[in-house]
Amino acid sequence: MSEVARGVVIAHGSLAAALVEAAERIGGPGEGLVAVSNTECGREQIEAKIAAAAGDGPAVLFVDMPCGSCFFAAMHFARGREQVRVVTGVNLPMLLDFVNHPTLPPAESAIRATTKGAEAIRHP
Amino acid sequence: MPVLSYRIDDRLVHGQVVIGWGKPMNIEFIALVDDAVAESEWEQELYRMGVPTEIALECCSLAQAAERTPGWRADARPSIVLTAEVATMVALCRAAPPVERVVLGGLHHKPGRTARLPYVYLTGEELQLLEALAAEGVKIEAQDLPTTPPVPLSALR
Repeated sequence: MSEVARGVVIAHGSLAAALVEAAERIGGPGEGLVAVSNTECGREQIEAKIAAAAGDGPAVLFVDMPCGSCFFAAMHFARGREQVRVVTGVNLPMLLDFVNHPTLPPAESAIRATTKGAEAIRHP
Repeated sequence: MPVLSYRIDDRLVHGQVVIGWGKPMNIEFIALVDDAVAESEWEQELYRMGVPTEIALECCSLAQAAERTPGWRADARPSIVLTAEVATMVALCRAAPPVERVVLGGLHHKPGRTARLPYVYLTGEELQLLEALAAEGVKIEAQDLPTTPPVPLSALR
């Protein structure tokens, strides 16, 4: 069985904590998602928080925007780590799908997350 | 159009710069002055991803910036000059005078720094550098966003 990947949600203000809380309210509490905020942090501090949250194993880093301090810190942490992938534009549907498929390899998980996240954006 | 802001911010290009200041000041050009970024195509590409298409970004070293600053001042585009480090901005101000005002936009905690504001941490050496620059006639204030009141350097001691 593949190793369970950690999901680290990295966002401005309290957004990451809110997304993780919402995902756990819907999907049930677990250890799959960890929130990281950039509040009052420089890039090095954000990266240190990501490192602590992601650990040494496989991880997918879900970032709010494809730019800015959260994105930079995530990209720096992921650089050279084969078992870590970055997904931007995090939303609740992609997180819920992620926690339901925890053993996918991070590269596959990241592709799946972008698909599921995009599918959830509609104008019915 | 002169350079509208000389900003020290260890996050360099990020939302406060591009949106918080960029929109109300109609910024069309950002000069990112950092020796390490100037040597890394990978980092430059990341920063370019954070800039909307209507804003041009130039990444250069301190030495290059000292040469280019007069051109930036003569450029018709409203601009911001960014550095991540206090020492870099102080050196640029001295190499390419005159700079009327420097803004401390975000300097976060590192070993040796102490909190002056929630978004400004400084070492004693950084404070001395800034005070020396202020004594040379440069106005130095902390201000993270246009909507927050500027805080004079004298209040950060």
